[in-house]
Amino acid sequence: MTEQTTATAEDLAAAGADQLPPPKTFAGRYLATLWTANTFTVTVLAVLLALVIGGILIAISDEAVRATFSYFFSRPSDFFSLSWDKVSDAYAQLFKGSIVDPAAVQAAVNGTGPWERVFFPISETLTYAAPLALTGLAFAVAFRGGLFNIGVQGQAIMGAVGAAIAGFLLPLPVGIHLVVALVFGAAFGGMYGFVPGFLKARTGAHEVITTIMLNYVALFFLGWLIVQKGIQDPARSDAISKPVDDSAQLTHLLGFLGPSLRVNLGIVVAILVVAAIAWMLRRSTFGFELRAVGLNPEASRTAGIGVGSTYVLVMTVAGALAGLGGATIVMGTAVSLTGAVIGSVGFDGLLVGLLGRAKPWGVLFAALLFGALQAGGNRMQSFSGISLELVGVIQALIVIFVAAPALVKTVFRLRPAKVSGLGTGMSKGW
Amino acid sequence: MANDDISLTVEPGEIHALLGENGAGKSTLMNVLYGLLQPDEGEILVDDKPVQIRGPRDAIAAGIGMVHQHFMLVPVFTVAENVMLGAEQTSGGPIGFLDRRRARKLVREVSDRYRLAVDPDRTVEDLAVGVQQRVEIVKALTREVDLLILDEPTAVLTPQETEDLLEIMRTLKAAGKSIVFITHKLKEVQAIADRITVIRRGRTVGTAPPDTSEEELASLMVGRSVLLRVDKGAAEPGAPVLEVAGLAVNDDRGHRAVDGVDLTVRAGEVLGIAGVQGNGQTELIEAIMGLRPLVAGDATLGGRPMQGLSTREILRAGVGYVPEDRSVDGLVKDFTVAENLVLDIYNTEPYGTRWVVRPEAIADSARARIEQFDVRTDAAGQAAVGTLSGGNQQKVIVAREFSRPLKLFIAAQPTRGVDVGSIEFIHRQIVHERGEGTAVLLVSSELDEVLALADRVAVMYRGRVIAEVSPDTPREEIGLLMAGVTTDGTAKDGTHDD
Amino acid sequence: MTASTVEAAQAVVEPVRYWTRQRKVGVGLAAVGIVAALLFGALATGRKAEFTLAETISGSAVGINGTVGAIVFGAIAALAGAAMLVTARRWFGWLLGLGIVAALISFLCWQLSQAPDNLNTIPLGSVARSSVTLALPLILGALAGVLCERSAVINVAIEGQFLMGAFAAAMFATLAGSVWVGILAAGVGGLIIGLLLAVLAIRFLVDQVVLGVVLNVFALGLTGFLYEQLMAKDQSKYNQPTFVPEWDIPGLSKIPLIGPALFKGNIFLYGAIVLVILIHVGLFYTRWGLRTRAVGEHPAAADTLGVKVLALRYRNVLVGGLVAGFGGAYFTLLSTTNFNKNMTSGLGFVALAALIFGRWSPIGATLAALFFGFCSALAFSLGSINSPIPSQFLNMLPYIATIVAVAGLVGRVRAPAADGTPYIKG
Repeated sequence: MTEQTTATAEDLAAAGADQLPPPKTFAGRYLATLWTANTFTVTVLAVLLALVIGGILIAISDEAVRATFSYFFSRPSDFFSLSWDKVSDAYAQLFKGSIVDPAAVQAAVNGTGPWERVFFPISETLTYAAPLALTGLAFAVAFRGGLFNIGVQGQAIMGAVGAAIAGFLLPLPVGIHLVVALVFGAAFGGMYGFVPGFLKARTGAHEVITTIMLNYVALFFLGWLIVQKGIQDPARSDAISKPVDDSAQLTHLLGFLGPSLRVNLGIVVAILVVAAIAWMLRRSTFGFELRAVGLNPEASRTAGIGVGSTYVLVMTVAGALAGLGGATIVMGTAVSLTGAVIGSVGFDGLLVGLLGRAKPWGVLFAALLFGALQAGGNRMQSFSGISLELVGVIQALIVIFVAAPALVKTVFRLRPAKVSGLGTGMSKGW
Repeated sequence: MANDDISLTVEPGEIHALLGENGAGKSTLMNVLYGLLQPDEGEILVDDKPVQIRGPRDAIAAGIGMVHQHFMLVPVFTVAENVMLGAEQTSGGPIGFLDRRRARKLVREVSDRYRLAVDPDRTVEDLAVGVQQRVEIVKALTREVDLLILDEPTAVLTPQETEDLLEIMRTLKAAGKSIVFITHKLKEVQAIADRITVIRRGRTVGTAPPDTSEEELASLMVGRSVLLRVDKGAAEPGAPVLEVAGLAVNDDRGHRAVDGVDLTVRAGEVLGIAGVQGNGQTELIEAIMGLRPLVAGDATLGGRPMQGLSTREILRAGVGYVPEDRSVDGLVKDFTVAENLVLDIYNTEPYGTRWVVRPEAIADSARARIEQFDVRTDAAGQAAVGTLSGGNQQKVIVAREFSRPLKLFIAAQPTRGVDVGSIEFIHRQIVHERGEGTAVLLVSSELDEVLALADRVAVMYRGRVIAEVSPDTPREEIGLLMAGVTTDGTAKDGTHDD
Repeated sequence: MTASTVEAAQAVVEPVRYWTRQRKVGVGLAAVGIVAALLFGALATGRKAEFTLAETISGSAVGINGTVGAIVFGAIAALAGAAMLVTARRWFGWLLGLGIVAALISFLCWQLSQAPDNLNTIPLGSVARSSVTLALPLILGALAGVLCERSAVINVAIEGQFLMGAFAAAMFATLAGSVWVGILAAGVGGLIIGLLLAVLAIRFLVDQVVLGVVLNVFALGLTGFLYEQLMAKDQSKYNQPTFVPEWDIPGLSKIPLIGPALFKGNIFLYGAIVLVILIHVGLFYTRWGLRTRAVGEHPAAADTLGVKVLALRYRNVLVGGLVAGFGGAYFTLLSTTNFNKNMTSGLGFVALAALIFGRWSPIGATLAALFFGFCSALAFSLGSINSPIPSQFLNMLPYIATIVAVAGLVGRVRAPAADGTPYIKG
């Protein structure tokens, strides 16, 4: 009963007719192209727009700025200068906390400060980006396969559980222990992803609903697990598990420069997995099936591809990726399982996957951006007194704008162009 | 541009036929009249007064009603609810409690007055197509329209139901209503129209009286006269390839769609299945292809039972399949032409293995296919298949299916929405394949296509093959069979004893 | 030549399947009953299990020997399941209900009989009351979902609407010193998310599931940010609302069991009851409802009859936002009296589950919400009798029940046909 979207070729031709004639010079053409609503431009403008709205929030939530409201009409300059100070300081801290702090570089070059402080921001960004890239991929791979995996959070929780159990229960030698723990994480996540895939293939149960529900089942399971004998840290009375053995902890890459540089093998794992998934989608038989089923399950079925089994495998792989994401947290930074061990890395993964337009390398860049916002947000919180929660607002806004290119186009009056959307045919109905 | 400078005048109490090929712009014109699309230029006059029609509400107010080609009925509502929607009989003032009793009464009244035989309490999704269409007519009539637009109303009807509809149209005309009757079927136009306007490529090409000859109308409609004729020699049927016995299949809603079909297709012959769309042809084919579970009966391919085989196993056993809806079942529109050409064999040598695919080998093979099948696209087939024209998309499917050695070729509506040049090409390919000794099963709702290609014709009606005839049988006789009317004595197998 | 028309009688008769869905469920229920009788019977002690209708464990109670109770009620459940094999379709709902209740009592007999001596009583009045109370936000959230999804806009953002409602209620009730202002503000808070949902989904055609997920993150971030920037710095100025008043209905509130549950309520309870009735009647007996359902099932049909599809969707999504925002006020004006970051902790998704479990109908969603509320209430009660069953597993029940429901094991759930599909004219 959905015949509402039958655009004819004529309609499309008519839509193209409002395009302006192309400018003559090369530079003009270049600028014109830049100012069309292409994927890159829309993404950059989305980030910009989100930061502007974030800035407005910073200004109006500040006590001193609000004090200028009372005499805004007699002396508006106070409001603007104070707002500017506040916002520019906040965003400067955001930059210093995520990329580099020029003062620290200065100090290190002069020999008055440690190099550790120069690398600290980038180390934090990469630390946050690693699990995000993996959970982002977990969403993206399912998305390319035509499935809307809202269960990344639950799968990541199970992955963290699997990795932690292997990490503190299995007495294995250095090296092997690390690999085994990662494999356990992937396997636990994969098994948890298998469930909604199987239900979809066998009964047609919509994966959006089942994965949302499974997130909470996983959360309660974790809450129960960490107070069980043999799991709970015997030295503690609160709900926390034993720490993962040293041999199963991801090596710190820049540990030689100082103990605060937390960046670990997780980011290496993430990049390798991104490359592997990119290869898988393009060159593997499973990737071919996954893309075909994602774009048109009916035609795939007619051509003899097993749609159900592809769904099951897609969700299993997606779950395994999410599981790896959870594993890198518990093996890298958290070390022990707690109720909130993975934070919201699964839900953030959805945003990362969407921002990366469900393409593996795009997901990596999106993860770096979100990681940077997270790392910078920490510094912004402690130096400017702006709550870290602002980062969540900015991240959500970025994705809203990216998901609504028409909105960005309207705001900036961009010329029409082909923008790589988020893929259609998704989640149309339950 | 779908419509370019079209003028149309409808007199009161007139049945005005709007004749044109698929895609000529008939429906666009009517959607403008009904306010679903806005014209860029021009005006609409009702009773000689210009009116602004910004939406269906305006159209109804101006006395214009429309029966859409795809019915605009809410399947889960009753007939009365569908009829009252938008113009509800209510009580309780602004709250608007539904007065279902008044709605039912109105439906009965209108239904009786125009002899439409519509029960207000049935749920629409349980009604036959012909009845649903009458519900649409009731819907328009309760809104007291003076002009009724019928958009391709006979496309989904059997000849018998079509007769009933024409009778209803005469009743409406006698009651003083004007009717715009959109169709591409010449015979119906001659049977009922008072005046005929012919549209081609979005322009009016002429208005003709109803006694204009069929040939004249046809050449007005398509620009040049096209006669569907395929050169082919006599068939040399060999051993049976596909044998179907007592097959029963359900449709998506669990209703019996195929109800005891027996068929045999031999090597080197074309068996055509004629019938009005929706009489079980789609479900029959899907069941043979392993895309739909069997309720009863069995099918064998070269003596080997097909039951329990997956679609992939059936394809690999030497069955080629052109599905009836190419954009849904035939192609992955966002895949390249090259990828679509290997959609069924991407994991076999040389295109790939169990683990990897080889884009280079796929592109190489695409080059050869594109040339062989005259697909108009870039040479390496790297464009998304959705950017191709309908005819070229269909050629991609045919090329894909013919690139394997075939025992059986099943084509469902192989030329629907395809340009004339591609139709001829595809027909030649099918005849060629027959000459190679392949068994061909052809399903088409275009009787002309079936008669041109088939060596034997099976007529399907309500899920059964009610007769098997030679393609030389008079069209009228086959038309009656398509309506379920068998002539005693000539009906062969397929009629059951119940 | 005589002509005859082929009749439509079916030639091929499908073999009648014995194992209908009802019979399969029957077998499942019988198995549960047998397991209950054997397992719970074996685990239960011979001590008394007491049930009282009151809100406290004192007062008159019905007592039964734990072992006997567990076995008898387990057997009843098994019999109900066996009866389904015989009756097939008839009385399916009643037998299923009887079986589930009996299995539950069997379970409680075991649980109570092993509890410490003075704790072996379960106050059903209190369980009923807390079930209803815990269900309130779920009912309101699910009703918001009904309003949106019946007009074909998927609402995954109920959680976000809850948060905005809860935040606005706490803040403005404190600032104005009046819970009524808080409730009004809560509606506006939900409305803001509803507006974003409506504009982005209807006007800008953003995928509605993506949108819902992102709006939740947005609301979580925004309320968290404002909490840190304003409330955390000055709780007494921004974050100290009072409880909404309790309104007992004289006479009715004295009825055992349902009195405390339904007639010792507050604005949220009575509001929810009124809204359930209003929306149910509205949806199925008024012009607005007919049009809303038409827009949710087949918008093009509604459009060709002059129904303004997009306007109706906007209106319903916005009203849905108001209702969910009102539900959000529950968290800061009834269950606690201050706002906290992420305090709704996923209950918006439970409301979504109730909506689906209740098959997109107001009454069904309410019953589902009550069931979910009962699961949580039971988890509390068992906690207070030192049950060995971990509360986490009881808390999982609503989610698992929903998965079972959508997997079609308890009948197919069918969403409005156009749900999630934007309407584009032409």
